[in-house]
Amino acid sequence: MKLYEKTIHELSSMLRAGEITSVELTQSVLDRIDEIDGKVGGYITVVAESAMEQAKAADAKIASGEEVADLCGIPASVKDNICTKGIATTCASKMLENFVPPYDAFVSDRIKQAGGVIIGKTNMDEFAMGASNETSYFKLARNPYDLNKIPGGSSGGSAAVVAADEAIFALGSDTGGSIRQPASFCSIVGLKPTYGLVSRYGLVAFASSLDQIGPMTKDVTDCAIVLNAIAGHDSMDSTSANIKLPDYKKALVSDVKGLKIGVPTEYLGDGISEDVKKAILAAVKKYEEMGATVEYFNLPMTDYAVSAYYIISSAEASSNLARFDGIKYGHRAASFEDLNDLYAASRSEGFGSEVKRRIMLGTYVLSSGYYDAYYKKAQQVRTLIKNSFDRAFEKYDVILSPTTTETAFDIGGKIEDPVQMYLNDIYTVSVNIAGLPAIVVPGGFDKGGMPIGVQLIGKPFDESTLIRSAYTFEQNTDFSKIRPNL
Amino acid sequence: MNYESVIGLEVHAELSTNTKIYCSCKNEFGLDVNTSCCPVCMGMPGTLPVLNKKVVEYAIKAGLALNCDITRASKQDRKNYFYPDLPKAYQISQFDLPLCTNGYLDIDVGGEKKRIGITRIHIEEDAGKLIHSVMGDESYVDFNRCGVPLIEIVSEPDLRSAEEARVYLETLKSVLQYIEVSDCKMEEGSLRCDINVSLRPEGSDKFGTRSEMKNVSTFSGTQRAIEYEIGRQTEILSNGGVIEQETRRWDDGKGENVLLRSKEEAHDYRYFPEPDLVPMIISEEWIEEIRKEIPEMPDKKKARYTGELGLGDYEAGIIVGNKSMARFFDRCIELGGDAKQTANWLQGDIMKYVKDNDISFDDVPFTPESLNELSKITSDGTISITAAKKVLARMFETNDSPAKIVDELGLAQISDTSAIEAMVNGVLEANPQSFEDYKNGKTRALGFLVGMVMKESKGKGNPQIINKMILDKLEAYKNS
Repeated sequence: MKLYEKTIHELSSMLRAGEITSVELTQSVLDRIDEIDGKVGGYITVVAESAMEQAKAADAKIASGEEVADLCGIPASVKDNICTKGIATTCASKMLENFVPPYDAFVSDRIKQAGGVIIGKTNMDEFAMGASNETSYFKLARNPYDLNKIPGGSSGGSAAVVAADEAIFALGSDTGGSIRQPASFCSIVGLKPTYGLVSRYGLVAFASSLDQIGPMTKDVTDCAIVLNAIAGHDSMDSTSANIKLPDYKKALVSDVKGLKIGVPTEYLGDGISEDVKKAILAAVKKYEEMGATVEYFNLPMTDYAVSAYYIISSAEASSNLARFDGIKYGHRAASFEDLNDLYAASRSEGFGSEVKRRIMLGTYVLSSGYYDAYYKKAQQVRTLIKNSFDRAFEKYDVILSPTTTETAFDIGGKIEDPVQMYLNDIYTVSVNIAGLPAIVVPGGFDKGGMPIGVQLIGKPFDESTLIRSAYTFEQNTDFSKIRPNL
Repeated sequence: MNYESVIGLEVHAELSTNTKIYCSCKNEFGLDVNTSCCPVCMGMPGTLPVLNKKVVEYAIKAGLALNCDITRASKQDRKNYFYPDLPKAYQISQFDLPLCTNGYLDIDVGGEKKRIGITRIHIEEDAGKLIHSVMGDESYVDFNRCGVPLIEIVSEPDLRSAEEARVYLETLKSVLQYIEVSDCKMEEGSLRCDINVSLRPEGSDKFGTRSEMKNVSTFSGTQRAIEYEIGRQTEILSNGGVIEQETRRWDDGKGENVLLRSKEEAHDYRYFPEPDLVPMIISEEWIEEIRKEIPEMPDKKKARYTGELGLGDYEAGIIVGNKSMARFFDRCIELGGDAKQTANWLQGDIMKYVKDNDISFDDVPFTPESLNELSKITSDGTISITAAKKVLARMFETNDSPAKIVDELGLAQISDTSAIEAMVNGVLEANPQSFEDYKNGKTRALGFLVGMVMKESKGKGNPQIINKMILDKLEAYKNS
């Protein structure tokens, strides 16, 4: 087994035992990237030189015998909308092609503090808007299980590189499903933490009230390790929760006896593919066998979730992305008549069509005369969705559901039909709207061999229960062991 | 037809907190271009604002001083618009839940009292500043002012003349200075004002269409700008025209305003709640804590000066109008100083010195204790009033006490009657004809003789004693 194929917890023990060095490990991942990223397209930027320096520093730290964190010496791949000091952070947009932040995001800093090695920046949908990674300005990312298919999005690059073993782990961001849907499509573990658990400082904002950064890993154990590293209060983010956090590794217990699981019937109704439904029902059965109790229930208001999501997220995006106007930030058009023309030309040239569509939608719903009918109404729906989850969690510890209606689709399959593309988020957006944590764990494959992920939704700040539930499932199934053949 | 003018002001005051509203950059005027800014106040992608609690405290303080209700659960909103001095392309402000509402400010216009309603006070961030090249072909942005905290104070349309507006603005300025939330320097842009003006037929209770005027940056400019706008609207209405709702820009140099944008071109700011900030919950305890810090307000102070302390309206007005001077005055009185004398010194020689030397009252180097001492040695005759003025001039230059200065300059009056008597006798002996002159009714002789003795004493003789002594001797001769 090659080093790049291993998990954080395996490598971390080997590093500490002196069996390998971080330099060897980092080189192994860099070589793997050289070997296959031309096919996968998972990285926008690879920083071999600074990664090797960080690896050397990690080796020295380990050699000195001092107590080191789990991530010490482990290569990390960071989604390209998360700021990394001195490394281009493009958001996969022409707008920010040349943006090199002079500061680290809170999570980038946490990884560095732990001795992690930042190896590169992963491909994504432009400004995290998309479900297929096809809106990236730079290139397509491909699904390692079938290179003709999309890896999902918007954290498509992060999912692809983890699945293709060109990363030990990656960070993604999730506004409406952007960690979970690609995790499901690429058979990896993806966690969208509770809103406020992980600081958003340094995450280039798409929709501030929905965005969360989370781990994308090869297994649940690694997920807990990465969450330990990035969760926690940050005084630079006013929405960051100031609460006492557990050690998430302590939740790595293979036992769900007595766990009460609810399955929303709405999530198994119209539109779901046979294969996905089959895999979800099999997972339900598995949980029952493992000692959990499962009940089907109604989760009202979910019909409105996608509409509310697209109104709220686009409204916030229209404002968040306004700063990319060619003056202080963003691409500036080469020629323009006057100030208004400078704005119009720069933004027309700098943004791709999906981003423009969301900006127009968001601008419209916030306009005077339309605010009440759209934005305000969507916020009311948001409250109702939260309420219906609150009621469900009075009865259940965890909600189990599919992540998507179907498995990864063909490249080019939906890009011309935004509504079809948006419906991809139907099982994931409610979680963001309600600010809840949710984890996706490999749950099988369709007839064509494409992965299916099981989504588990938890109570606010109860990531421990999600990790325990996912870990138990992982320990009692073999889906994680089926790797893509590249 | 006669028209009544209806005026409302939107005043922006920069708060004098140490740091900016959403980051820890220094909040200071006059620093080198782009030396007080960071990724947060420059709106770099990924950065987030964190509210400076002091800003909320200052805004509440202003609200309490202006008799407002304080909102217990408030929030901040984004106001979206594109302009090169606004790097985020939105300003964090407050839309429908301002921190303070429903207050008032009492003003005094030529002796007549008037209560002006305050609609609301909200907090917001300032934008940067554009610097244009001499050739006019390039523009640069200075981000130092980005994120400087502002309060916007919106008045009710209760003002009826340009003069009332100016007095309102001046009174507001002194309130904000009194509670030390803003230095209100219009010349540095820390106090700015947008003016809404409309006209209506006298006796009507309906509002006419208003115009909004921007870019007014001096107190006198406020009055002139309003007078101009009233004139412009009167002319339109008198000619049967209609006032358009529009935004106009005041040009102080030319003394006129020009159209900035019409109603159709008005911005749609697309306000929505700022998702990067959490709601503000203001506790009763905090409000009470802030209330305790509010000092006596200028109108109450002035009433005390003219009532209890017996000062004239004019001198009381001058002292109250300068917060530092008023504090100095209050301290003098607390220490037992005489109100009348202290007021004379302050609004007379001391103010003249401050003005002549172009310094602020805060730069006055001596203490209230020293001024009281000066007053005391002047009134008890230790030194003459002329000498006292000399002592005061020295007090601006040294740290020495008035007594020491009197010693140093040898200014103490001679009040020892035997010494004075010797000088008086000498002068009278040298001018015997003065006795006859006085007897013959030439009373001017007295003044001449007193002057001679003063000269003899090198100015140190106590003029009252000399005067009385000579008068006694002349009267004695006259009646003999």
